[in-house]
Formats: sequence, C-alpha cells, structure tokens
Amino acid sequence: MAYEEPIRDYDELVENCTCAFCGCNCDDLTYLIKDGHVVGVRHACRLGASKVMEDMDQRLLVPMIRNDEGNLVETDWDTALDKAAELIAGAVRPVFYGWSETSIETMKHGIKLGELVGAVLDNQATICHGPSLQAVQNAGYPVNTLGEVKNRADMIVYSGNNAMNSHPRHMGRYSAFPRGYFRKRGRFDRTIVTMDPRYTDTAKMSDIWVGFEQNGDYEFYNAMRAVLRGKKLKKDVISGIPKEDIEELVEAMKTTQYGSLFFGLGLTHTLSKQRSIDIAINLIQDLNKFTKWNLVPMRGHFNVNGFNIFMAFEMGFPYGVDFSRGYPRYMNGETNTIDLLTREEPDVFMVIAADPGAHFPGGANRHLTNIPVIQIDIHWGPSTELADIVLPGSFIGVEAAGTSYRMDGVPIYMKKAIDKPETCRDDEWIVRELHERVQKIKGEKIASK
Amino acid sequence: MEYIIKNGIVYDPTNKIEGEKKDVMFKNGKIVDNVSSDAKVLDATDKLVMAAGVDPHSHIAGPKLVVGRLYRPEDSRRGVKPKTATTRAESGFSIPSCPATGYRYSRMGYGTVVEAAMPPLEAKHTHEEIVAIPNIDIPALALFGNNWFTLEYAKDNNVEDLAAFISKWLKITRGYGVKIVNPGGSEAWGWGMNVHGLDDPVPYWDVTSREVIHTLAEANESLGLPHSIHLHPNDLGHPGNYETTVGSMDLIKDISKNSPVRDQTVHMTHIQYHSYAGTNWRDFESGAEDISKFINKNDYVTCDVGQITLDETTTMTADAPMEFDLHQLNGLKWANKDIELETSSGIVPFIYSGRNSVHSVQWAIGLEMFLMVNNPWQIMLTTDNPNAGPFIRYPKVISWLMSNKRRTEMIEHGEVHKAVGRKSSLATLDREYDFDEIATISRAAPARAYGFTDRGHLGVDARADIAVYDIKPNEIDPSNEYETIECAFGNAALTVKDGQIIVQDGEIVSTKESQTIWANVQGIEERENEVMKKVMPVFDKYYTIKFENYLVHDHYIHNPIEVNIQAGK
Repeated sequence: MAYEEPIRDYDELVENCTCAFCGCNCDDLTYLIKDGHVVGVRHACRLGASKVMEDMDQRLLVPMIRNDEGNLVETDWDTALDKAAELIAGAVRPVFYGWSETSIETMKHGIKLGELVGAVLDNQATICHGPSLQAVQNAGYPVNTLGEVKNRADMIVYSGNNAMNSHPRHMGRYSAFPRGYFRKRGRFDRTIVTMDPRYTDTAKMSDIWVGFEQNGDYEFYNAMRAVLRGKKLKKDVISGIPKEDIEELVEAMKTTQYGSLFFGLGLTHTLSKQRSIDIAINLIQDLNKFTKWNLVPMRGHFNVNGFNIFMAFEMGFPYGVDFSRGYPRYMNGETNTIDLLTREEPDVFMVIAADPGAHFPGGANRHLTNIPVIQIDIHWGPSTELADIVLPGSFIGVEAAGTSYRMDGVPIYMKKAIDKPETCRDDEWIVRELHERVQKIKGEKIASK
Repeated sequence: MEYIIKNGIVYDPTNKIEGEKKDVMFKNGKIVDNVSSDAKVLDATDKLVMAAGVDPHSHIAGPKLVVGRLYRPEDSRRGVKPKTATTRAESGFSIPSCPATGYRYSRMGYGTVVEAAMPPLEAKHTHEEIVAIPNIDIPALALFGNNWFTLEYAKDNNVEDLAAFISKWLKITRGYGVKIVNPGGSEAWGWGMNVHGLDDPVPYWDVTSREVIHTLAEANESLGLPHSIHLHPNDLGHPGNYETTVGSMDLIKDISKNSPVRDQTVHMTHIQYHSYAGTNWRDFESGAEDISKFINKNDYVTCDVGQITLDETTTMTADAPMEFDLHQLNGLKWANKDIELETSSGIVPFIYSGRNSVHSVQWAIGLEMFLMVNNPWQIMLTTDNPNAGPFIRYPKVISWLMSNKRRTEMIEHGEVHKAVGRKSSLATLDREYDFDEIATISRAAPARAYGFTDRGHLGVDARADIAVYDIKPNEIDPSNEYETIECAFGNAALTVKDGQIIVQDGEIVSTKESQTIWANVQGIEERENEVMKKVMPVFDKYYTIKFENYLVHDHYIHNPIEVNIQAGK
C-alpha cells in the first residue's frame, strides 16, 4: 500500500454517515464532498470507502428496456415503469428478490405490492445466513449488541469467518481492539480465538487459532460440548485437533468472564449446514451455566438483517414469504427463490438491490433467462445482462436516506449526504410507483369484469 | 360526521355512570353531548356500551417481539388468516404480526395499548412496529432500571440529574414513562448473574435495587410525569418472592405524588408473578393474601395482574436472568438479547398447562389477586401479553372474573390441577365482578393510571373511542352464561376509534393509522443541557452508535400525540 496524500480539496464535510456495505453498519463515517460528489471518506474501511467513492463506476443512469433484438435500450421512466407494472400485474407467480441493500422504507412499498399480486418476497438470506436462521428456529438465539462485546468481552471467538477481510472494521470498532468500560486496555484485556480451517488474516490477529479440518466443525463443536459437560473424549484427535487442545480451550471458555462468538458463512455453509449452527447455539447455552456467552451471526449486507426483521414484524416470517394464497406462507425448500427457480415456477422476477446473476447457481439463472426480469439497482452487474427492464435506483446512505438494521439488530437511520444523479430515482419512489401502477391496472381489470 | 349510539346500557366508571340506558354521541372524533338531527343512528338498544379498552401493559412492538417471530415460525403459523378487502393477512398466536395485533385488539373493543418495554437503543425499531400496527394508539415505556447512567445517579442519590436525564431520554426515544425491570438484575446478567432481593448490590456498580427504585420514583415525581414508575420488581417467578414485592411497594411510601392526573406513585406490573410464597417449586404456594392486603391498605399502589391463561405462549421480558432460568427449567429454545449500557432481555416458549400443579397455582394466584384487591381502580386486566397468555384471552379472563360457577367448575372438573385447592384460597373466593368493575379494570383504571384524560371514559370532549358488546347487561346472568360473555367481549358489536367505525359485528370494516403517545417534559432544558455535557463523553466512549444516529427522528413518528408536561408542576 503506497502512501496516499490526504484529500484536502473538498467543499464540505458530512459527519456521522452510515456505511452501506457490510453488516457492521459503521455510522461514524465522514464524507468529503466536492461538486456534489463524495471525493473522500474518513473512518471507513477500504471496502466501504471504495463503494461510496466509486459510486459512479458502471452506474446505471437511465431506465432501459430490452428490445426484440435482445439489446437494452434507453427509455423514459413512464414507459419503463408501465411496462414493469404490466408484467407484474399479469404475473401468476412473481418473485421479488433482493432487498438487502435498500431501505426498510422501500420494503414497506414492496410488501404492499407483494400482497397485492400474491408474490414471493425473499432476500439474500436464502443463499447466505438462511441455514443460520433455520438453526435459530431449532435451537434459540442468544445474542447481544456489539457494544456489549466492546464493553465486557474478554474472550472473542470468530468461527468460519474472516472478519479482517469481510468486515474489516469489526475487530477495530466492536470486538478485539476498542477500549470498553470493563476492558480499559482494549486488545490486551481480551483473548481472541479463530476457529477456521484456513490460517486467515483474522487468525493471524488472534491469540489462538483452531484449524480444524474442513467440514469438521460439527464434530469439533460436539467434542467441545462433550468436554464442557464433563465427558471424556474417546478419540485422541478430533477433526484434526488433539483432545488436550480441545480440553484446554473449553476450560478457557468456561472460565472467561464474558465471551462472544461471531460466526460466518464458513460455519453456516459447511456440510452440516444448519446443524453446525444448532450445535454452536447449544454450546453457547451450555456455557451460560458457567459464565456469560453470546453469539452474533456476521451478516453480510448492511440491511440483510433488516429485511428479516421487517418481514417478521409485518408477516411473522423472516424470508421466503409466499403470498400467492392470500396469506403468508413460509416453507424452507418450497418458498425460497432458488427452489422456485430450479422448479421453473416463477413467471416474472423482480430483483432489487441484489445480484442473482453473479451469485445464483446456474440452474436457477437458466430459468431467469426464460422469464421477464425487472432489475432495480444502482450498478451494472451480471443481473443487468439477464434483465429485461432496468430501473436505476439511488444509493441508500449516500444519495437517499433510509433505515437499516445492523447485524445485531440495532436500527440506524442512514442519512442522505448528496443528491442522486438527475435521471435516477429513489428505490422507495420506484417501488411505490410500481405499486400504484399495478393497483391501477388491477383496478381497471376488476372494473371491466 | 355525527353519530349517535342509541339506547345502550352504558358503563362509564370515570363519570360514575353505572348501567344507565342512554345515548352516546360523537362528532369529529370526540364525544359530544348533543348532535343534530342529521346524525347517523347506530342502534345499540339494551346492549353493553363502554369506552374502548385501555391495556396498561402488553408487549406488542419492538425487538423482543421480532426475535420471537423470527425464531418461532411454529407460532406464526397459528392464527394465519388471509387478507380481505379491508385487512391485510394475519399470522401468529402469542406473537402475532403487527397488522394482526391491531385487528385483534380492535375486535375486542380496545383503543389504546401500552407497549411495556422499549430499550432506548432500539427505540426506532419499536416505533417502526408501532407504525405497522393499525387501529390502536400506543405509548411506549422506556427502560431505565438497568441503564448505566441511572445506576450512577442512583448510587449518588442524584435525583435532580436523573430527572433531567429521564426527561431528555423520553424526548430522544419518544417514550411515555419510566419502566423498571428487575432493577440491577438485568445489568448483573451482563455477567451471567442476577440480584436477589432489594439489598443485593449490583456487581461492580455498588448500588442496590432499593436505591434504584427509590431514586427513579423520586425523579419521576419531581418531573410530574403522567404515569408513575412502572415496576417489574426483582425475583420474578421465584417461590417466596412476595417479600421482595411487598418490600418494593413499601420503599416508595415516603414519596409524595406530584401529578393531578393519576392516583398512584408506583404501578406494579404482572403482580401475579410476584405473589409467590414457599421456598422452592415443591412447597410453592400462593402469596396473594399478603400482597393484596398491602395493596388494600395503600392507595399509592396500582397493579396489573398478568393472568395465566393456560396456553402455549412465548415468554419475553427484559428480565433476562429469569428467562435463562426458565430455559433451564423447561428446556425449550432460549433467545437472549443484551443491549449495551441499557438492559438485557430473554425469550423462551412456554406451555402453561392445567395438568401442571405449578401452572395451575399460578393461574389461581392471578385470579386471587383480582378477587382479593377490593378497589377495582387499583387492579387492572392484563396477561402481560404474551408472557402469561396472549391478549386475545382477555374475554376468557373476564368470563372467569364474572363467574364463580365457571371457576368452581374448572377446579372441580380437573381442568386445573388439584393443587389449586391446597395451595391457594381461590376456591373459597366467591366474589364475582359486575360490568362496572369490568369496565374499571379494562379501561377506566388503566386510563387513570396513565394520566390519560382523553380516553377510558365517555365524558364530553373525550376521544370517541367506544366499544359496544352484543350482550344485554340487564338480562344476562354472567355467572351461568360465561360462554356468552367470553364470546361477546371477543367480538365487539361495534368498535369506534377517534370517531371512525373500525369493527362491526366482530369484523374489521375499516382501518386507521395508529398514533404514538409520548411525554414531552418542558421547562428544564437548561438542566438537561448540563446533564448532557456529562453524559456525552460517556456516550461517545461506550456506545457503538453515534448520538446523532441514536435519536428517534420525526421520520419514525407518523402521528404523534404529544403530551406536554411542565416539569415539577
């Protein structure tokens, strides 16, 4: 990393902005603004700063519709919205997927539209922390806000997660390094453990690295629980870890004052899927008989938790909610986007603030090429190549205000700092327009009957 | 638009109307004493007419609820109802979705529900849910009992600064009053510990629950808030906890009330859970007699009951150590949420069963409290929704209160465990509530306890929040016809909210946006600024969120009802 000159050429500073990248939702950013653009970002990590500063890179600026030759051509907002509304209104099994990178305010219009047309509403949890949520439903949900970790934790475990790379400020702002009320010396008052088959950058920062075998996490956690419950391990080596090491680790976890376990997709998406999380939750529950422990899933997008929370308070279920029968239905394996697409059920697909083109399995994406796809997003991406209608939105937390929920469920109002490009519209406006237009079409249909 | 509800039998305890046949008139959302001849007539001949219900303590909006919904899809799948032309789809039984919450309260003829616990850090979340709930007005009580600043002020007995802090924090969170949950205990849970009784010091903070409660009560009265402190005392659900409960009420006796709109200086919540005698679950028995004796002697106390309804439900409280104990007891999935600097909370599903001796005795204790507290203005109808049972069971509780026959039947026919006979005196209590008393415990008294002068009664200028039930009070014999009572209170013939007809014949016919009620204390802004100078460095250092983003912005409060209070007056 070469030395970079500090940015001195700016018109104004906007303080306490919230980062719209990962689930850390750092709300202490300062944007340096010149000529209506963010030219510099203070306090953010490289991921957050580059997302904010390079907001015009491959930016979608005007609405587009794919023509008969298969090319996206620019059009005006009215035409694009009417066409999209027509598709949604005429759909039998529409799916609205995404939502994790937009605001709760946008979701409010989305759920109205979904209820109106009987759509499935689903978010990225379906392909990331979905198994974690299933485990939560099996086993429980002992969590804390990140400030509890900062102020109290003297032992922090990262499991199946490389926070240094995926959530770069997590250790600095919330867990390992900050000086907390009861941990005045910050890092020196804490033991950091990384449980990961890989020797990651997070492992390098840790006091203890437990490099169990790939897919060995269930067995390893099981062994820890057994030791904790006073059982003797019969094998000498479990998941590649000598039993003495496991015993020593469990003893340390048992005698700590306040422990916190952060787990990522490395634990969620190994072979045992939700069962790995089940047992991690059970371990935390067992540990609480001796001392204090909590866990927090390391959520990826800044509002992926928000969608789950929003759907839960609106309809009682966290994701994959199907309104086709006029009431909310949630059935893992049935009402989730990937399952629906591989069964080739959907006939219209709306993707908002997500990129299935980049992340979905080929079989699911194949069906997307066969049906109309409406995209609401700010950047070009593989999904744009699949889209038949493109509606350029705006950047939450930079160009538009909105609510998001941090990985620990703390709500944050992300304020607006600059104006959006003239030709773009706010996500909230776009979805509201779609709802109104679909309502009109539906109304006309009822009237003509 | 003018309306006249004709010829109903009106029960309005606030205005001392006890079963009079009269008309209730309203215009532009308010009760009036006359209307023109154009007024629309709503016939209620001989039917029961009351003000719309006021629920003094219910958990309906906020982070705890959402964790419940998130991790209990099995509960959400109960009570699913498809959308209709006027309503959205419903889901949930003990933790219904937001729309379902609003509709179900309206169907029971309720108009106002107090959300009983709002953690300030996540107040925005609570308010988002309030906006998503239709039809009812919702004040939210902010949690103060384990807040680090409170603990500091209580240790120094610094009432003046604490008052300014409360006043400021109610503005920040748009809260209505001061909620105290297991004072000191929820903070101790930060270390996996609890405090036992009033004089067990909080680990590290060197302050006792006694000091916290007393200082908060003093601060509350020095501000003259419309509601007194709302206390969930220590040792919830522990056999033998009645002594702590009596002690908690007793320690406030020297504090004088400083508000004309209410009668109490402390509101004890879900008193059923705090009225246990014995030393363990084997010799566990009712302590309701001691508690009710104390309440009968001291008019500065009000309480709500938290009646067990013998259902499968979801317990949730900011009393996190208690929830962990509960999880150890029943083995069902445990959720916990500790909130930095402010509180902790826990959730555990629970199956209350009439076959279980403890649950049955708990059921009896709740009813004992209802029947042994003489003045209905001091005791209120709740199930501590959803802890002791979902709020949709209120009609059932009303039927129990009005029918000794039904209670005896339950005891004699084995619908509850025979331990009820041995460990409580319920079988010996033959008091039956009349409609006036029901109107008191479900609307008039809660409204009075919260200082709501504009609701809970049918006097001129009150909000037109009205419920009509399809029973004829002058003809029905509630003692025998308890099923009719339950059915009628569960399906209002008419619910009017702010002059809008919401329910007709048990069905939702229209919906309206809910309103947030919050208390805005004025006159000590300078003092607040002084206190904030000391608060901010601590805030910046130990919270993980910036103060600017901590505030609940106007954006989250769609329809506020701002109650302005001149501090100390």
